Amino acid sequence: MSIDLAAIRSEFPLLKRQINGKRLVYVDSAATSQKPQSVLDAMDNYYTTQNANVHRGVYTLAEEATSAFESARARTAKFIGAQDPHELVFTRNATESINLVARTWGYQNLRDGDVVVLTEMEHHANIVPWQMLSAERGIVIRWIPITADYRLDLSDLDALLDGASLLAVTSMSNVLGTVNDIEKLVAAARSAGAKVLVDACQSIPHDPVDVVAWGADFVAFSGHKMMGPTGIGALWARRELLEEMPPFLGGGEMIRDVRKDGFTTNDVPWKFEAGTPAIAEAIGLGAAVDWLSAVGMENIASHERALTAYALEQLTSAFGDEITIYGPPTAEGRGSAVSFLFNEIHAHDISQVLDEDGVCVRAGHHCAKPLMRVLGVPATSRASFAIYNTFEDIDALVEALHKAKTFFAR
Amino acid sequence: MPGLEDLYREIILDHYRSPRNRGELPTPPALSAEGFNPLCGDEVVLYLNVDADGNVTDVKTGGQGCSISQASTSMMSAAVKGKSITEARQLITAFKALMSIHESKLEGADATAATEEAIAGVRLGDLEALQGVVKFPVRIKCATLAWNTLAQILDESESA
Ligand SMILES: Cc1ncc(COP(=O)(O)O)c(C=O)c1O
Repeated sequence: MSIDLAAIRSEFPLLKRQINGKRLVYVDSAATSQKPQSVLDAMDNYYTTQNANVHRGVYTLAEEATSAFESARARTAKFIGAQDPHELVFTRNATESINLVARTWGYQNLRDGDVVVLTEMEHHANIVPWQMLSAERGIVIRWIPITADYRLDLSDLDALLDGASLLAVTSMSNVLGTVNDIEKLVAAARSAGAKVLVDACQSIPHDPVDVVAWGADFVAFSGHKMMGPTGIGALWARRELLEEMPPFLGGGEMIRDVRKDGFTTNDVPWKFEAGTPAIAEAIGLGAAVDWLSAVGMENIASHERALTAYALEQLTSAFGDEITIYGPPTAEGRGSAVSFLFNEIHAHDISQVLDEDGVCVRAGHHCAKPLMRVLGVPATSRASFAIYNTFEDIDALVEALHKAKTFFAR
Repeated sequence: MPGLEDLYREIILDHYRSPRNRGELPTPPALSAEGFNPLCGDEVVLYLNVDADGNVTDVKTGGQGCSISQASTSMMSAAVKGKSITEARQLITAFKALMSIHESKLEGADATAATEEAIAGVRLGDLEALQGVVKFPVRIKCATLAWNTLAQILDESESA
């Protein structure tokens, strides 16, 4: 099936904006995606017609708000292949989801000397929570290195996993674009007796994901990278784990009963959702997964693969040795994040000059400083694509880079 | 809309391409500090020799980052070398005031007056070329990094 790109683009009001009098070329979707009108409408509709607190009232409005919120949970769970909607905990974002696991499961299960295995390509969100546990609990962190072709070096995997309690790994690097073979990693972790947490932030918006097929224990992701709003994310975990984990934050909603001498917890997932949740945002996320499903994740993946292949090709043919791409050189086994150094011009300066032409690229360490140290660069520029990007967007990127080169050569 | 030429003045690019006073000084006697900009990973390392009379007799700089942070570091090193600590402090205040003109305008007339007073009477010279940065608010931190690091060294040396 093919897609109607013009129709898709017309659903994103922000893409009509101009920057500095130029057509907006938004190639920073790995940071956050733009939002289709249906997502904005869903949130607007909630506030204009259904706003009430959830799980509290018996009146019609409260009932409608609660069912819209829970329906969003069910659709999001189904979208990632979860069998049971109650295995999906709403959080603020992937960062909170990973911290939730570290603070609850981690506190309950990890002690001095216990091992958590990470990879060199993790985002800070999947590093710092474990470093905090290391400082507080004395857990030991091991790192799966990367190879010269920017993939995980699995040659010592069994040794690294030996005796480990948890493998926490990204399904796609937000810097390199590298897609990791989660099923293979899960199988290795299983035979070592380790649980697996997948940071799926960069996969869920771009590829069909089935958490059950992955076989992972915990999967974290953010709504704002998958056409949804900010302020909503999720943690999926296997039900038996959620049942055993202690609660995260304490307060309303997460309790069954409270007495002067203590409390009992609510059922999962509400046990982990203290306080009034981000109701409109959850509803927005529900609309986002509906939108993604309607376009079709296979279609999205194939369009983005074509864009990535074209970008890699155009950038290397236009600039040859003047550009260094940090990531797999072809579109195979990689996603659409393309990080690069260009003509020794600092990423910040590139991004500034590209902005003149309305081209939005991310500059910096991309919240992956350990990886940047391994790569030996302080910062890179990164272009990243989504379903609404066109081949012309990539041409505009290449054109703007030509201008940056001329500007700094003056 | 401010143009790129406001930001990337010729003199800034010159300091970026040929940074002055690069290198290290042995510590001690040199004072040293490192500054980081967590947003973009810019790094500045400063070394300062200060004599018994409180004069900055030598400055060396290291680190890496964008053109603005590196040019500002280079320009700062040239500006404070040979100055007294008191003069260096005046430069820091004046430079940071220059960088906060945008904010002080938002804060109102009093703040603008205070900013102008801090700049008055201090010869910023080439440093004024960095004024264009103010129009690009996210880059202000790049320009002030070296100056904050210098302030850190001076504060530490006084409290020691
Ligand atoms: C791979 C990866 N993990 C985690 C995160 C953190 O996402 P958030 O800031 O939405 O919690 C990001 C987003 O930048 C990411 O790309």
